[in-house]
Amino acid sequence: MTTTTEPVDELEPVEEELLPPPADEEDIPVPPGAPRALLRSLLGPHRGRIAVAMTVILLQQAALQSGPLLVAVAMDRGIPALREHDAGPLIAVMAAYLCCALLGPVLEWAFVKISSRINQDVLLDLRGRIFRHAQRLSLDFHERYTSGRIISRATSDIDALRELLSEGLQELLLVVLSTCYISVLLLVLDWRLGLVSLASLLPLALIARSFRNRSIRVYRRSRTSAASMIVRFTETMNGIRPVQAFRREKANDAAYAVVNRTAATTTADGLLEIARYVGLSRVTANLWITGVVLLGAQLVMHDALELGVLTAVVLYLRRLHDPIDQLAMFLNGYQSAAAALEKIAGLLAHEPTVTEPAEPRELPALPASGRVAAGGREVRFERTRFAYRTGKEVLPPFDLVIPAGQTVAVVGATGAGKSTVAKLLARFYDPTGGRVRLDGVDLRELATPELRRGVVMVTQESFLFSGTVAENIAIGRPAATREEVERAARDIGAYEFIAALPDGFDTDVRKRGGRISAGQRQLVAFARALLADPAVLILDEATSSLDVPGEQAVQRAMRTVLAGRTAVIIAHRLSTVEIADRVLVMDQGRIVEDGSPQELIDGTGRFATLHRAWRDSLV
Amino acid sequence: MTRTGPTLTAMAENRHDDKTAGRGRRSTVRSLLRLWPYARAVRGRLAVSATAATLGMLTTLAVPVVLGRIVDGPVADHDSGALWPLVGLVLALGLIEAGLFYTRRVVLSRPLADLEARMRADLFGKLQRLPVAFHDRWGSGQLLSRAGSDLYVIRLFLAFALVFLVVNSLTFLAGAAVMFSLDWRLALIFLAPAVPLLLITRRFEGRYSDASRRAQDQNGDLATVVEESVLGIRILKAFGRHRSMADRFREQSRELRRTELRKAHLLANLWSVVTGLPELAVCCALAVGSYLVAHDQLSAGDLVTFLSTALALRFPVESLGWLLAYANEASTAADRVFEVLDTPEADDPGTRADLGTEPDGIRLTGVRFRYPDAPEDSPDLLAGVDLHIRSGETMALVGATGSGKTTLTALLPRLYEPTAGTITLDGRDIRELPRQRLRELVAVAFEEPTLFSATVRENVLMGAPDASEAQLRSALATAQAGFVDRLPEGAGTEVGEQGLSLSGGQRQRLALARAVVGDPAFLVLDDPLSALDVHTEALVERALREVLGSTTALVVAHRPSTVLLADRVAVLADGRIEAVGTHQELLRDCPHYRELMSGEAAPVPEGSSAR
Repeated sequence: MTTTTEPVDELEPVEEELLPPPADEEDIPVPPGAPRALLRSLLGPHRGRIAVAMTVILLQQAALQSGPLLVAVAMDRGIPALREHDAGPLIAVMAAYLCCALLGPVLEWAFVKISSRINQDVLLDLRGRIFRHAQRLSLDFHERYTSGRIISRATSDIDALRELLSEGLQELLLVVLSTCYISVLLLVLDWRLGLVSLASLLPLALIARSFRNRSIRVYRRSRTSAASMIVRFTETMNGIRPVQAFRREKANDAAYAVVNRTAATTTADGLLEIARYVGLSRVTANLWITGVVLLGAQLVMHDALELGVLTAVVLYLRRLHDPIDQLAMFLNGYQSAAAALEKIAGLLAHEPTVTEPAEPRELPALPASGRVAAGGREVRFERTRFAYRTGKEVLPPFDLVIPAGQTVAVVGATGAGKSTVAKLLARFYDPTGGRVRLDGVDLRELATPELRRGVVMVTQESFLFSGTVAENIAIGRPAATREEVERAARDIGAYEFIAALPDGFDTDVRKRGGRISAGQRQLVAFARALLADPAVLILDEATSSLDVPGEQAVQRAMRTVLAGRTAVIIAHRLSTVEIADRVLVMDQGRIVEDGSPQELIDGTGRFATLHRAWRDSLV
Repeated sequence: MTRTGPTLTAMAENRHDDKTAGRGRRSTVRSLLRLWPYARAVRGRLAVSATAATLGMLTTLAVPVVLGRIVDGPVADHDSGALWPLVGLVLALGLIEAGLFYTRRVVLSRPLADLEARMRADLFGKLQRLPVAFHDRWGSGQLLSRAGSDLYVIRLFLAFALVFLVVNSLTFLAGAAVMFSLDWRLALIFLAPAVPLLLITRRFEGRYSDASRRAQDQNGDLATVVEESVLGIRILKAFGRHRSMADRFREQSRELRRTELRKAHLLANLWSVVTGLPELAVCCALAVGSYLVAHDQLSAGDLVTFLSTALALRFPVESLGWLLAYANEASTAADRVFEVLDTPEADDPGTRADLGTEPDGIRLTGVRFRYPDAPEDSPDLLAGVDLHIRSGETMALVGATGSGKTTLTALLPRLYEPTAGTITLDGRDIRELPRQRLRELVAVAFEEPTLFSATVRENVLMGAPDASEAQLRSALATAQAGFVDRLPEGAGTEVGEQGLSLSGGQRQRLALARAVVGDPAFLVLDDPLSALDVHTEALVERALREVLGSTTALVVAHRPSTVLLADRVAVLADGRIEAVGTHQELLRDCPHYRELMSGEAAPVPEGSSAR
């Protein structure tokens, strides 16, 4: 046990300091084939409907293409017959045309309905997956992957995919259809010219491939720059008070202009790639046509080909190249979506480090005794060790038993490892060695709902979700009745201020509680924890923004609330210690003092010194 | 089209009310015309693009004609001499066509990307300058979706839809002229569907705009949920509530899906009509035409030409469907963007750069404040605050949780405007000072320390961009931010969302350093030490005392230790200053203060008797 008089802060490593900076986008490895596998798994369930949609569009195209054919029949058969006063053939043709004219739009209607349903279901599925996955990922991930990037995965990357789904499918199908149809026609008309004509598909495919390769790079950059714009944007809007108070507007304009410019450049680069692709493909196609005309003309002149066949070949050849534009649109959407899918797949492939158990265990049943989780639960750290990924050890292996029902205060300077102990107990992190047991069960063997019935943590950060105050408290236990919510607020001394809000418990906290002070937000956080009614309650600096009466009210409440619960309280302010049965003093990741408050205060250790300093700071 | 403040709030809260109220006023074309100031810069390019598209289309039409001539002429006549010029022509046309296709896209690529960037920069700049009260009302997801997908939709409209709207209309007119020249009766039959089409598209437009607006708003709401779920991840994890958040997300994304399906439904209806009606007209024209030909009132060749023209017009007519959809989405997107751009910035008539000559300190006289959306019957949050902080003095502001202390501090740098009363700095009304100047004079450390994605140095020097390295050092020393030197790159280390994450206490110390750097004339500290441990707090207090000695300061305090930094203390209660005095005086004379400082009943805690 050491006692030191030097400024604690100067000596000790600061714990968060060791967190690596956020992973760069490229750092998150995307397993090869993951984007495609993701797309397959998204579309897979809709295989049946996709088949139906394709059939419908096939029929619709057939109806559409039969128009010119029927016109020809009308001209060749209908009119001559009509001259002979036989309206029959013309009427028959008209009837057929009418059928097609009616069928085409109906099929089109059906196609739009079916395909939009597929698209929306796929998007719903993917949005849900991203959201759920981001929620499932452990805190260490969230500390590295900025919120703005997750937002951009769920918004702008999804937009890119929507683009592809809403138009791409139809475009691709039409391209394939018309290419097949015309290829067959060309070969049937004259196999020699047909083959030569079809050979043009080879250079066109090469051009398309080079476009693909070039544009995927552009679109990757584009997704990254979109994300960094979103990061900048949200950071600025969420910090608008300091932005304005410190006249940051101009500097922000400049910083935003940089990312904005990068984004504009990448956007333009992408558009230029398409332009280049379309231009190059057209040139190739038109050169080919000229060649075929020349070749065909030679053949006809040498009587190796009929004139009519050449006409037909040349006209159809033009139509073979018609879908170049459509293909460009499709490829464009596809590339953009592929880049987005890569990013999304990267996020989805990231496995949470804190995982759900394969075979969850249950905690032993507590003796039922009304509302309070009777007796609390025993917490046991066994050779528990924690180190950051960089290898830096924060907590060397330690043992600690907190008997059921005990209230333990953990004190120590910033960086002493208090919060890490709390996070291990709340299973925000898993220990890198040893284990943490709750009533004998390793935390890693508990499913989330079971774990959260057992352990709940109130953090110093007092974020409020949009919605009413009551809803924010009810996060503790969504099934709670209004009475229970109000009782929790009353128990912690938050009732008065909430009741005084414009709509009481139904007051909308607006944007992250703009109207509710930091202290009030902490009270809401407390009420939330009370409502959750856990067997073990962890309070991490949960009273830092409360004023003295507020803190005292909380402490009074705590005496009742903590009875029959195990509690771990981490606090800078030693006032909290008064309600503890036991105090742990931590220094550089080790527990250096352990005893009842009175023992430690009366002793000569570090806590006695701290306590004297604190007493001096009071009135 | 200019929306007023209250309507804005209504928009954010209840779109449906606004929809029904606004339907009469909004028009797709008018909304799109608002884009003109931006589109002006690219009007030349747009014209070039449209011309290239039109010429390209003509070239495309010309190629088959030439091909026909080749087959009918030189090839049929076995005249290889005459073949070459025509083949050359085909080649030339082919190259021209490719060139035009390329030009149509190329001329717009950069300018439109730049236009989008310009609009985005304007939006961002505007948002930064809108009053804090505006940001209180708007979820940042809603703002984000405006800067993202809405601007994207607008760019797409300008790049494709607008160009084709022009080109296809021209094509259609040309085609119609050809038809009339052939036979006016057939032409009339062909054009007949135009009337019902116009009526139907009008109806479609209104409904589709509604749906597209709703989808865009729901997209914004969805972004807000995502953002909150990430920012509040610790709470969700602590309570194991990610599932209920996911339920909320699912509910909202289902709603979005419903709206999108509604859009698709409207589109399906429109498209089937837009493709169906002209087909029926062609069918009729074919019947009538055949009759006319059979009765020798029309030549067969003319009928063929007429029908091929009609078929060639298929694309321009059918494209009407998606062009309209694009136009509608772009117009509602433009509405959403201009809602923000039209919001008036707080006027800033201040012209005086100098303070009064008298060192009078900070004086608040009859200051009242209520939040703009506070219910009618609620009392003002600040109901006549009178307070004088003498020059060079440090005043602590004490009051119960929620008594309006933070709000009061926000009035000094004019983050909010008092609803009544005046605030003067050295005798100068703060409204006479330009905001930028005022905010140079008044430095603030907020309750919630926010760091930006920048280096520690940049974050601290935000308060005084011209400060020297020595001043930076001394500010960091005052805030006891010695940990900075142990960061990987010292003061050059990137922090904030894209950098190293720091603990609450560390952030608070940097925010404090930011406030005190460059010796501001007036200093506002909102509970600046709440996240510090006792030891560090004591060190900061010692250092802070020196800084406070040379500045006029208002310090919001929750605890006795912070109060002791101040020369005098003001007690805020029921929207007024209840008492002002030294700590000892107030302890003696003001029961409310005693209660705030030491807890309700207990006067001065002599030993922890409670346990």
